[in-house]
Amino acid sequence: MKEIINLPVQSIEEEEYHINMGPQHPSTHGVLRLVVTLQGEIVKKLQPHCGYIHRGIEKMCEKDTFQQIIHLTDRMDYLSAHINNHAVCLLVEGALEVEVPERVKYIRTIVDELNRIASHQLWWCSFGMDLGGLTCFFYGLRDREHILDIFEESFGSRLLHSYYTPGGLMQDIHPNFQKRTRDFIKYFRRKIRDYDRILSGNVIFLNRSQGIGVMSKEIAINYGVSGPSGRASGWACDIRKKYPYALYDKVDFKEILRTDGDTYARYMVRLDEMRESMKIIEQLIDNIPEGDYTAKMKPIIRLPEGEYYQRVESARGELGVYCISDGNKNPVRMKFRTPSFVNLGVLDKISRNMKIADLVAIGASLDLVIPDIDR
Amino acid sequence: MDSEKLKEKISSLVPEAHLEENKQFPTFLIPPDKLKFLATQLKENKELDFDYLFCLSGVDWGTELGVVYHLNSTSLSHSLELKVKTENREKPEFDTVADLWKTAEFFEREVWDLFGIRFNGHPDLRRIFLEEDWVGYPMRKDYTDEVNIVEL
Repeated sequence: MKEIINLPVQSIEEEEYHINMGPQHPSTHGVLRLVVTLQGEIVKKLQPHCGYIHRGIEKMCEKDTFQQIIHLTDRMDYLSAHINNHAVCLLVEGALEVEVPERVKYIRTIVDELNRIASHQLWWCSFGMDLGGLTCFFYGLRDREHILDIFEESFGSRLLHSYYTPGGLMQDIHPNFQKRTRDFIKYFRRKIRDYDRILSGNVIFLNRSQGIGVMSKEIAINYGVSGPSGRASGWACDIRKKYPYALYDKVDFKEILRTDGDTYARYMVRLDEMRESMKIIEQLIDNIPEGDYTAKMKPIIRLPEGEYYQRVESARGELGVYCISDGNKNPVRMKFRTPSFVNLGVLDKISRNMKIADLVAIGASLDLVIPDIDR
Repeated sequence: MDSEKLKEKISSLVPEAHLEENKQFPTFLIPPDKLKFLATQLKENKELDFDYLFCLSGVDWGTELGVVYHLNSTSLSHSLELKVKTENREKPEFDTVADLWKTAEFFEREVWDLFGIRFNGHPDLRRIFLEEDWVGYPMRKDYTDEVNIVEL
């Protein structure tokens, strides 16, 4: 009995122990398991365990035609499904040297940006919820609903659209599309001010996000953290600016950069990106040219023998598609360089020596989508 | 650096490097034993300054297994593609580049998991998606699984 009482308290606190965060945890937003090594409340090490939703999309692609592959890409990063479709479409069009009609480029750019706004809205609302602001969750989902309604009317579905197809689009946009998009921009310009009012200046939020999970520019490049997370560290990595596709070289928009590299910077970059996306849509929505909604394509697509690489800026970062073709209707190898998979790699580095509660904030600020990690 | 100069530079560093024509990026096939030397040069040499590994893919060409590296320099904005191949399907091995580009750590674990290619010197080479006791490497062309793969 005496021995137990005399146990040195210090040694218990210094002892490291492991806890599992996930696979079912509200803040991982999906089935990701993080084995966290803790000393007291301090994160000493973090090991992600992936694969709970690994579907073998790359293996499936080897048996599929390029039109079928489009439908699989929706299911990687389901929050920016259009942008994933866009990557494969651009890859096929580039390989076959097909010039898509001007109307298609306009619609694709507008829809991509609407998708980016919807994705950032969902990120914003779940970020607020993770840090204890449940009102954010209702605000974000309320506004995202408007975009999903526009999508549903034109493309027939709300989440997994498969709307783009090599050479163009599945069908033309709905006659209401332009009017509803204009209405949405007007509505959301007013509502985004609430986002700032409720969260951006909130003192609890500032204390939990400023100086937390600092990532320098060197770390961002070395770990390949692209997208808004990389731009918050001052790395100009926007594919829309660096390697423009669709109409991004014709529209005027700013690449949002911040240099702090902390959770708050990543938050502000995404918030400002929504404003830039609205700016892009406003420039295009009134002058969509008349014309075909698809170029003439052969029913069976065979890419010429060779290798192709195509990248687009998804809502989470750089999405790359690497394709090896032997001239048949199926690719030999299809590799998706998904942004969430790469961004997950830095989580261990930037959350070390932070409190476990900060880990939730850091994880949310990286905006990971688990099916995008596992593919 | 433009692609002609880049090609000359790589050829002077590793004379055995084989240049592949008509590619999107300047593409070199490297002997596996020269990979580490060249990768270190690419990263450390300030003239080349390849600081961003934007894609690393395992590939099964049928008879050969290999890895394709896509590199980019954020300061000089030139890109490069490197390939290594081996015919050894029993125990394929390459040197790791995870110490140069940390992003390779996850990529290489994925390649080990799905293609069974070992990376010497990798800090933590475990399977990333599948269970540790999974038999075989599913992304290889000769992988068969009558239960889990449904052929239509």
